[in-house]
Amino acid sequence: MSLLEARDIVAGYGETEILHGVSITVEKNQIVTIIGPNGSGKSTLLKTIFGLLRPKQGSVRFNGEDITGTPPETMVRKGLCYVPQSSNVFPSLSIHENLEMGAFVRKDDYSQRIREVYDLFPDLIKRKNDRAGTLSGGQRQMLAVARALMVDPVMLLLDEPSAGLAPNLVASVLQIIIGINQAGVAILLVEQNAREALKLSSRGYILASGQNQLEDDGNKLLNNPDVARLYLGG
Amino acid sequence: MAGMRKTSLRLPFHWTAGYSVLLGLVVVLILAFTSVIKLELVVNGLFLGTIIGLGAIGLSLVYGIHGFAHIAHGDFMTLGAYTSLFTLGVFLPRIGLDNVGLGPFTFGYPLFIALPLSMLFLVALAIGLDKGIYSRLRRRGVSSVVMAMTSLGVAIALRGLVQFVWGGGTEQYPRVSKDFYQLPMGVRIPPDNLFIVALTVIMVVALYLFLTRTRTGKAMRATSDNAELARVTGINTEHVLWWTWAISAALAATAGVLLAVFQAQLFPIMGWRFLIPLFAAVILGGIGNPWGALIGALIIGVSSEVSTQWLNPAYKTVISFAIMIVMLLLRPRGIFGVRD
Repeated sequence: MSLLEARDIVAGYGETEILHGVSITVEKNQIVTIIGPNGSGKSTLLKTIFGLLRPKQGSVRFNGEDITGTPPETMVRKGLCYVPQSSNVFPSLSIHENLEMGAFVRKDDYSQRIREVYDLFPDLIKRKNDRAGTLSGGQRQMLAVARALMVDPVMLLLDEPSAGLAPNLVASVLQIIIGINQAGVAILLVEQNAREALKLSSRGYILASGQNQLEDDGNKLLNNPDVARLYLGG
Repeated sequence: MAGMRKTSLRLPFHWTAGYSVLLGLVVVLILAFTSVIKLELVVNGLFLGTIIGLGAIGLSLVYGIHGFAHIAHGDFMTLGAYTSLFTLGVFLPRIGLDNVGLGPFTFGYPLFIALPLSMLFLVALAIGLDKGIYSRLRRRGVSSVVMAMTSLGVAIALRGLVQFVWGGGTEQYPRVSKDFYQLPMGVRIPPDNLFIVALTVIMVVALYLFLTRTRTGKAMRATSDNAELARVTGINTEHVLWWTWAISAALAATAGVLLAVFQAQLFPIMGWRFLIPLFAAVILGGIGNPWGALIGALIIGVSSEVSTQWLNPAYKTVISFAIMIVMLLLRPRGIFGVRD
């Protein structure tokens, strides 16, 4: 049984249909990357999986359970967390409060978890009482991911975590993603830095015009000359 | 509302703005001590400002979290005042509680029963209105203008209800007259006003602790920052919206009761007439910033009271309106608004 299985998803905003039957599968502990040109529906797919958009057709199964169109609160309780691409921290809350909000659905004592998350992101603990709005772009991405980790998720949906970051920061964000994955969290990643992302992925999907174009092992996609020419910039 | 930056529930305010407010206060005090303006009017304005503040904080919270201008807020105040009139004038006397003139105050301890009852009633009303009306509109995804216009309808309906039940005349809480405190420089303070300030301070401190120390309070600030992200994070934003109604309705009820005590009378448009000062205070402090709204309320209170030295008191509201327009033209994000 796959961890996440989205089948024949048709979805969009209002009358505009963006996904015309996309299917995607993620196994336990995998990193899976979705690449594709702008407007191919990558972000829409993540939003639909997370229940922010209701698919017109198709189904999403998580851990063998049908979760199609379930509200986000329930998703988070089931261990599926989503980190949007931008505006993904609460700017007027302190860093510590942002993490507390990440644990909002938890009724138990999460102080141990908050220490673990700070251990993973030592930059954050130094500034735990600062407003998140004062953080740099890279630190905001770290905080957004850290907040999602507060519920000890089974799987993370990450929408371009390296968007708008300097190249050296891109590498460290991707390094953190590997670390999170090694701790047993499956990751579905949408990434512009396709080459780097595919290198660390067990599988990759190529999406174009709202349809599956190709799926394969990460390395095989990297070494596929057509993929390189069309989607990885030669 | 293009150009009106929502400023979120930011706690430590912008220091330069803080200093300019402080400077303004110093100038007003100097003018007062050199007898250019009457100190008594300044003091009275501060008392009025605390009442405006209780209403404006709630209005600002609703604006920040629900995202629309709650036009029925003034009539929430009216209804709060009138439900206490019922408790004080009809309900409690019937069971033998008709004490007035507690200590230096014009009212008796029954007010301490009536006020919580008014708060509870308004909280229930606000949540009922949300379930019956606003939540349905939310689910349809209507714009903030439609929400505001709906609240205008609610405002008119509530005022009609008050007029239907209590008639259109002026009323009074059961009271006895008490001597004012005589302070130097011709300042006379009705003892009731000290109660008004004390209660406001208690409520503001309680709100501050709620917003900064509790899980629900932090979730309210998070939702005010970014409602979509709050949902994604797993915050039950529907509960947050109810809490916001509950808090601002309780504050509005308190403001209404205190206003009735302050002006020693009630009339059906008392809250509606308060709406312009309320909005002026909210805009002055930066929309969505409750602490800014409180400072804005004090400024509005003082300036409209001081204006009566030269203008007919009937023009008080005009002063609030003028401040609001100037603010929107010059600094729409409010005194404390900072760009993110």
